[in-house]
Amino acid sequence: MQELTVNALLENLPQVTDFVDALLEAHDCPLKAQTQIDVAIDEVFSNIANYAYAPGTGEATVRFGFEAETRTATVEFSDRGVPFDPLGHTDPDVSLPAEEREIGGLGIFLVKKTMDDVRYRYEGGNNILTIQKRI
Amino acid sequence: MTITKHRSGPSLVIELEGRLDTVTAADLERELKGSLDGVTDLVFDCSRLDYLTSAGLRALLFAYKALRGKGEIRVTNVNEMVREVFEVTGFTGIMTVE
Repeated sequence: MQELTVNALLENLPQVTDFVDALLEAHDCPLKAQTQIDVAIDEVFSNIANYAYAPGTGEATVRFGFEAETRTATVEFSDRGVPFDPLGHTDPDVSLPAEEREIGGLGIFLVKKTMDDVRYRYEGGNNILTIQKRI
Repeated sequence: MTITKHRSGPSLVIELEGRLDTVTAADLERELKGSLDGVTDLVFDCSRLDYLTSAGLRALLFAYKALRGKGEIRVTNVNEMVREVFEVTGFTGIMTVE
């Protein structure tokens, strides 16, 4: 697995996205899947940047793996912030009119809808969120 | 992301070029805050928008709530990825997506 560690700040989102994009391109990832993964990176990383260490800051590590036989790309995000399971909440009700829509939860909802697999675990003091997509 | 505005009377067209993500959505919200007085017809032209994230949807929801009862929002020329985000999140039920 290739890995990158950055301070979990929004200004580092482009660096994380570029890191993963370069690896996806090396594996001939189609544009649509790459875009969906870019959106997922934005959603996951910005949650870490906004909430994991608030009000302080800390690091996030992004790991990329690729399983050639199934063409499955895996992106794993880990941070040492507040223990938090983003998958442990009910999905937003997408049928509600705008006045009643909640802001929170949409990001992870989008990730769950566009990735093939999303998992969370807490291990050794780390929040670890793993997304997988066949490309 | 580049934001270009064309105002003509009560009509405002905002062209979005690039990515509407967590970082750029804040810029869009800032632009919207000063620009919606007297607007009854708001169009987001997405012909050059690569994709948007939930932060982008939040900015659009901000515009929707600012115009509520006073005007309409249309999102035009969306690519497949942008359309998918609108459909999956139910935002096609909130504003017109073309």
